[in-house]
Amino acid sequence: MEKLKVLIVDDEPGIRSGIERILRNYTIGFPFLDEDFSYEMIEAATGEEALDIINKGHVDIILLDNKLPGIQGIEVLEEVNKMKLDAAVMMITSYASLDIAVKATNFGAFNFVPKPFTPQELKAAIESISKHLFLKRMTKRMNKEGKQIRFQFLSVLSHELKSPLNAIEGYLKIMQDKQVGDSIDDYMAMIDRSLIRIKGMRGLIMDLLDLTKLESGKKNRELKKIDLAEIARLAIHTIEPLAIQRNVKVHFDADEDLVFTADTEEIEIIFNNLLSNAVKYNKENGEIHFNIKKKSTAIVIKVEDTGIGISEENMSRLFQEFTRIKTDKTRDISGSGLGLSIMKKLVVLYGGTVDVQSTPDIGTTFTVTLPL
Amino acid sequence: MSDIKKLVLIVDDDHDYLEQMKLQVEHFGFETITASSRSEGEKMLSTTRPDLAIFDLMMETQDSGFVLAYKAKKMYPDMPVIIATAATAETGITFKVETEEDKNWIKADLYLEKGIRGDQLHREINKLLKI
Repeated sequence: MEKLKVLIVDDEPGIRSGIERILRNYTIGFPFLDEDFSYEMIEAATGEEALDIINKGHVDIILLDNKLPGIQGIEVLEEVNKMKLDAAVMMITSYASLDIAVKATNFGAFNFVPKPFTPQELKAAIESISKHLFLKRMTKRMNKEGKQIRFQFLSVLSHELKSPLNAIEGYLKIMQDKQVGDSIDDYMAMIDRSLIRIKGMRGLIMDLLDLTKLESGKKNRELKKIDLAEIARLAIHTIEPLAIQRNVKVHFDADEDLVFTADTEEIEIIFNNLLSNAVKYNKENGEIHFNIKKKSTAIVIKVEDTGIGISEENMSRLFQEFTRIKTDKTRDISGSGLGLSIMKKLVVLYGGTVDVQSTPDIGTTFTVTLPL
Repeated sequence: MSDIKKLVLIVDDDHDYLEQMKLQVEHFGFETITASSRSEGEKMLSTTRPDLAIFDLMMETQDSGFVLAYKAKKMYPDMPVIIATAATAETGITFKVETEEDKNWIKADLYLEKGIRGDQLHREINKLLKI
């Protein structure tokens, strides 16, 4: 049970005790909340007294009469507003004029209860103000957490972007000082490594752009009927140079009539990611079985490799951004650590799922299911 | 200097940084052994006692270097340990191992920013090895 502190500001003791009696045993639950709200009342007879209480401790809800002996309710509201309190204010007034209503709303009052009010009216007003307060706080917290996640993402990103720069800078300094010889041939390995790191960095930037477009929802999607087998063949063609280099053989098998409504580019990214992983994390002379089957309710895409596999421990981190499984077997494989995260986000856009089965040193099978 | 070359263990998960550090340290006249992860580094320490160790901070996890330093010092309390990282440039978090309190939780003798000049690194290593 969460107790909300209600500050009642009214110069009439009868109103204060009346409100106290109505709310004393009142609780509210919302379907989206685990806990119910109950109320604890604090009373103030003047605006000055109210401000004093607010300054001393936390209150959640302020029930504020406008006509007070000293400073007026509107002025209290103005002060409360200046303090940027994490509280909601409700005006109670018998002199409800349009003028005050506008003024109070401008100063951030949540709503009004006309005096005199029935217990039912007060309870209804309290219910809506509690919901408002809860949602306001929830939003604030979620924004804050969102920022936190963003910050973590950026700090990891800057690490991933700086490491290749540091590596290349290091090699250039060695060359500048001619540390290992006078001939350019003495530095070929370093030049090769520098080029590999530049390539990796470019890949990261491209992946990052894909991810940003996806997350902002600003990616222009062009949904049309496409032939998945055709895109699959294109993806195999794209990966071919790398596969030949590693002597990995790609076997492809597809059912007839694989027409699916999707964005061509997105399906390409999904296939390219699956295939490039299957090649990169394969063994020399390994194999890839890539097949697409049409079931009654879904299209099932399977990419099976004979590669290094993924340990159970690493499996859970697989789809996280910037996760690259670091073992001595993956050391020389370049990657941004974003590929699988992007692929999964895309598959989810189609209401699909990604399933991974893997045995270390035997191979990994990725199964993507896209519902029809 | 004695006839036998001092042995330096370098652990870093960035292949290129590892190569560069190795080249640099060998250039100073030391022998090197390398590992590219905390676990590999631990394995190496269980069979070999280097004269000095240089660990990267962020490897398998963000604090692998600290963990490795802790374990290394437990095995060989007198072996100087350097933690080298680019963390400050990236996160703005600074570490120092100057006060007793720092030394209590960071089991390293020196904390170095990556990209330090060769002559500086050489001087620091010599200082730690009391050469």
